[in-house]
Amino acid sequence: MVPVSAYLIVAIVLFGIGTVGVLISRNMIVMFMCIELMLNAANLALIAFSRSLEVMDGHAFVFLVLTVAAAEAAVGLAIVLAIYRNRETINIDRFSILKW
Amino acid sequence: MIDYTSAGIDFGLIAPEIALLVTAFVILLISSIRRLNAFPIYIAFIGLVVTLALSIQQWSNQESGFFGMISCDNFGIAFKILFSATSLLVLLLGYRYMIARGIDRPEYSALLLISTMGMMVMANTTDLVVMFLGLEIMSVPLYVMAGFARRSLRSNEAAIKYFMMGAFASAFLLMGIAFVYGASGTTELRRIVADISFISSRHGAYIYAGAALILVGFGFKVAAVPFHSWVPDVYEGAPTPVTAFFSVAPKAAGFAVMLRIFLFGFADLEILSDVFWVLSVLTMSVGNILALRQGNVKRLLAYSSIAHAGYIMVALAVGGEEAVSAAIFYLVAYTIFNLGGFAVVTLLETRSGCRSNFSELPGLAATHPYLSAILALFMLALGGFPPTVGFLGKFYLFAAAIKSGYIWLAVIGVMNSFLSVYYYLRVVKASYFETSDEPFTPVSYTPAIVAVLIITAVGTLGLGFFPQQLLEFSRSAIFAFL
Amino acid sequence: MFETFYPILFLVIVATGIALLLIFFSIFFGYRSKQGRKGNPYECGLTPVGTTKDPVPVKFYMVAILFILFDIEVVFLYPWAVISRKLGVFGFVEMLAFVIILLVGYFYILGRGALKWD
Repeated sequence: MVPVSAYLIVAIVLFGIGTVGVLISRNMIVMFMCIELMLNAANLALIAFSRSLEVMDGHAFVFLVLTVAAAEAAVGLAIVLAIYRNRETINIDRFSILKW
Repeated sequence: MIDYTSAGIDFGLIAPEIALLVTAFVILLISSIRRLNAFPIYIAFIGLVVTLALSIQQWSNQESGFFGMISCDNFGIAFKILFSATSLLVLLLGYRYMIARGIDRPEYSALLLISTMGMMVMANTTDLVVMFLGLEIMSVPLYVMAGFARRSLRSNEAAIKYFMMGAFASAFLLMGIAFVYGASGTTELRRIVADISFISSRHGAYIYAGAALILVGFGFKVAAVPFHSWVPDVYEGAPTPVTAFFSVAPKAAGFAVMLRIFLFGFADLEILSDVFWVLSVLTMSVGNILALRQGNVKRLLAYSSIAHAGYIMVALAVGGEEAVSAAIFYLVAYTIFNLGGFAVVTLLETRSGCRSNFSELPGLAATHPYLSAILALFMLALGGFPPTVGFLGKFYLFAAAIKSGYIWLAVIGVMNSFLSVYYYLRVVKASYFETSDEPFTPVSYTPAIVAVLIITAVGTLGLGFFPQQLLEFSRSAIFAFL
Repeated sequence: MFETFYPILFLVIVATGIALLLIFFSIFFGYRSKQGRKGNPYECGLTPVGTTKDPVPVKFYMVAILFILFDIEVVFLYPWAVISRKLGVFGFVEMLAFVIILLVGYFYILGRGALKWD
């Protein structure tokens, strides 16, 4: 049996990769994928805890998170699309009318 | 079979939320059949009035239901009333502005209603999962509303920045909830409270990591200082009525949840008080210092909203009944006068080509004496002058801090208020004592926005003179909370 | 406990060795053609036309975004279907409410003409 700490380490590493990716990436789609990675890291942690505690709520929670992530993805992609129509670029560096 | 009767499936508990959702659906369905732009606003107005009435009617009705997922206590109901009133004012505020910009789409009202519903869900639960769900129901429509002026590059930019920061924050929050769940085996705050000493002795690291991640997540939402960088950009780029909504409602919802989680759920984690002490001082100081140099009223209000988040955080550092009721008092007061300030900005910006820079203000007092007087009133309230309600709000907060022995925190808070007076008075000075060569383009009033101005101005002054009602409201709101 | 994994380690070493050896052979003894056609995606068959970066009509994005939403909502139907008998009428009503909420969204999309193909 793989101990719960192993899953947690993977989850934390994934979460870290996602965080660093959001902070250093300049492409909106890549940033967005990194955020999804972070959400899925949390999902992995939830499932691992749920298994080790032998209660089912964690699994149900993961379903909710999946749908929430999908809703966020849809809105995010729609915003990116609106921007692309106006500006023909999705590079975040070009967004500097408003000073960061 | 599962026994549902004992689980308290009582739809009366979530009647305001259902009313909002149904109204939003009616608007969406009608607008998908025929594109009528004004009509949905009236439906939304009626829906919000019904919601407000339903929320008020729930008052002092302590119940929990839906397997403990929803808990309707006075604390939550107080926030329900606050959210539906805010939403109502924002709806009135935005009407003419949206028409002037050609973005008066029916979806605006529907998104506003759904977002308000999310906030209500957030404030009326003690379960972390439902809180997360409510947060997302609140946030996702807000991302769209920030970018509601589709053709405007500023609005686009505000939307993408808000979206990225919001999604980033909710990932942190989710990871935090996962850790808390792992430590305690439940997401229900009441069960966490019941055996927190056992949990923190056995899984101390998990619970601390979870609390820290949740703090980061909500820090982004209420714009506490290390996580505030998105605020000015988003506030400036979004359509002004939407900014008015952003600056009050999500902040109040974030604080409602933070008060519940950190003062109720994790009340036994000693270190949190120190963390909030530092965060509070940082937030108010940085917000005020950055606001000093702004040349645009909208951007100034954005930084000032960061500073006000810092004042409310004093309550999180102090803890205890008095501080919580002071925080609720302050949130209500702040909502009133900040909405008023944004109402004036909206009115100024509805004129074509104006962006409410300081250089556009001279001449306001000479041509519009009432409007400039009201603007001055809101600025004084934001700065915490007596006899406005802004003074009383700050007074109760800092008094609660001093009573619990947080003298230095109160001193720093008072010093910050004095600092903030400088930039609030700059607005007054620009409208009264400066002259410019450009003639002042007159503003055009509409009944809706005049109503908002009167309500907020009367609230700011009236509650300043007679705070008794609001005090009782905020005191009974914490009944059964701690 | 690691003794049992020795055969796998041996296999890994042998497989890596063979792969490296083959690459090595082909670099030193292989015949290389610098002909233009060698660089094509297909050495025989259709000649490729244009680049892969053609713009795709925006209506595909619309459908894709809507698909993400409606696709993922089905995730709630599976657990419900598994225990629908246990949940009884209550579960049915709740799921009905959920599906009606989705339906409102669907009618809105239809009414706004987001699914119109041309």
